[in-house]
Amino acid sequence: MSKTLLMQGNKAVAEGAVAAGADFFGGYPITPSTEIAEELSALLPTIGGTFIQMEDEIAGIGVALGASLAGRKVMTATSGPGFSLKQELIGYAALAEIPIVIVNVQRVGPSTGQPTAPSQGDVMQARWGTHGDHPIIALTPSSVPECFRLTVRAYELSERYRTPVILLMDEIVGHMREKVQLPPYASIPRPERKKPLVPPQEYRAYFGAQDDLVPPMAAFGSGYRWHVTGLVHDEYGFPDSSGKATKELLDRLFAKINDHLDDIVETEEYRLEDAECAFVAYGGTARTAYAAVDMAREEGIKAGLLRPITIWPLAEKQIKDLGGRVNHIIVAEMNRGQYVLEVERAVAGLCPVTLCAKYNNEAIAPAELLAALQKTKRHAGGA
Amino acid sequence: MSMEQLIEKYFRPGRLPHIWCPGCANGIITGALVKAIDRVGLEKDNTAVVAGIGCSSRASGYLDFNTVHSAHGRALPFATGIKLAAPQMAVIVITGDGDAAAIGGNHFIHAARRNIDLTVLLYNNSTYGMTGGQYSPLTPTNSKAATAPYGTVDRPFDLAALARGAGATFVARGSAFHAPMLADLIASGIRHKGFSLIEAVASCPISYGRQNKLGDAPAMLKWQRDHALPADAYEKLSDAQKADKFPIGVLYQADAPEYTEEYAKIIARAQKGGL
Ligand code: SF4
Repeated sequence: MSKTLLMQGNKAVAEGAVAAGADFFGGYPITPSTEIAEELSALLPTIGGTFIQMEDEIAGIGVALGASLAGRKVMTATSGPGFSLKQELIGYAALAEIPIVIVNVQRVGPSTGQPTAPSQGDVMQARWGTHGDHPIIALTPSSVPECFRLTVRAYELSERYRTPVILLMDEIVGHMREKVQLPPYASIPRPERKKPLVPPQEYRAYFGAQDDLVPPMAAFGSGYRWHVTGLVHDEYGFPDSSGKATKELLDRLFAKINDHLDDIVETEEYRLEDAECAFVAYGGTARTAYAAVDMAREEGIKAGLLRPITIWPLAEKQIKDLGGRVNHIIVAEMNRGQYVLEVERAVAGLCPVTLCAKYNNEAIAPAELLAALQKTKRHAGGA
Repeated sequence: MSMEQLIEKYFRPGRLPHIWCPGCANGIITGALVKAIDRVGLEKDNTAVVAGIGCSSRASGYLDFNTVHSAHGRALPFATGIKLAAPQMAVIVITGDGDAAAIGGNHFIHAARRNIDLTVLLYNNSTYGMTGGQYSPLTPTNSKAATAPYGTVDRPFDLAALARGAGATFVARGSAFHAPMLADLIASGIRHKGFSLIEAVASCPISYGRQNKLGDAPAMLKWQRDHALPADAYEKLSDAQKADKFPIGVLYQADAPEYTEEYAKIIARAQKGGL
């Protein structure tokens, strides 16, 4: 039987992890993500899982990656400064193809910034924080029920594509309390990583990807011995310094994500059917945008919302399509304008794209979005 | 078992020759490691070897276990994760003085503090060999280094004392020259339940020896022979006499609760529903 509870977003993440079969958490306390660690320190041992608070943020992700190699489903959670510290090992997970879910409950930055205030300033860091070319998947919930659902989803994607997945939250959704209906966890399909079908002596850790480009992964201790390295490697996992190996590995890492955009990229449309102008908003800001759309409609303005749920990879097709359908797009975000640049790139001139940015520790109010919309309409009318 | 047989049994086919310079002591120390593993009788499938970054850490790729060549300084977090996820596995960490004592220093003291059952074999060559001989936290004061052309001002760690102070329950030092004894120490460290550090005094004739005019590889090994003393003999020396000597052998051993065993009790308690 499902149960209905009043729950905080961060707690819903912890519940989602357990529902997905996660059995390992390594991390370091940091506001505003700490409740996730606190919840899991209580929950994980009850299911035979392991929680450990490490000496720093780097160790928090490192210990989780070690546990993932030994077959656990793992999580680490942090906020801005900690997310910066974890970047090197996020790249390691991408290159060595180690599944992990990394939660970042964003706060105002840079540096210590405003630890308790909402922000969406890590959108680009989530995409490009670690060095070098690499693909990344990042999901961004807008509600407490979605914190639960997208945590489960993050495990599905991470295990299926053998890749780090970032759950990019903001302080609004992390600390908000809402009603959430939790299904019985036994009814939730547990994502399993692809296991090798060949005997151990024939196992090559980075081979046998076949059509989905994801090689099967054996757990340490299961009788399949293999080598893991952050160096560019051959199909056995051993270092290969050739240019050919570098290019082939990077091409496959990107292709395994880009060939599956239909599976990975999720967006939501709100009242877009006949919309003449649209907001693009994500995370906590999208909640404001729903309200602004309704207010605009009451005034006779045909407004709608496109909400990227998968924030990376970019919902390029959906955004471009939107650009062809409406006269104007307004991107709303709690930063000085990060995602707007990507939206502009995808829209490629099909319609004007403007920014409604806020970065004064406060969430954007529906009236502010409505005002931005009215202003663009006036401009368009006057032109 | 002869070294040939040990190589046959524990090294990956086709991975040798190694990348180490001629005369480097890393091969001797890695040889002592497989000898110790063989003596203890570890199963290859049930053993993980986790390394950081640096010359010594490359050994992980040559050895036929569950192996990780992790990021610089991060071998201990990875190893801790493997041990927590699979407490039945033997987890051995291969690291160097720069890897473990500088960039990974925080992980080093905290892994020791937890007394988690890891065996850390630290190849101490007193330098950053792979990047060409910059000074490390274990380079003796007044040494020449690629980043200290006028000599180093820094004072080196006493790593054994640091580990003990941080909570390690098995601390030993050996040297490449005393390879059979080193194998004994590693075997004892693997058998010990808790955090074990075996510091292996290595020699890097290329990046460190040359700059400090320490002679060729045999000369550097002879230096180890002439400056190492069994721990009990060392303790009897005056401070002045100790100055250019170093103690080898088991330096400290104690019993203390081991982390994964203690955490298993937490799981049992949580599953019974008690806080
Ligand atoms: S640089 Fe020094 S430590 Fe590194 S392989 Fe060469 S001799 Fe050995």
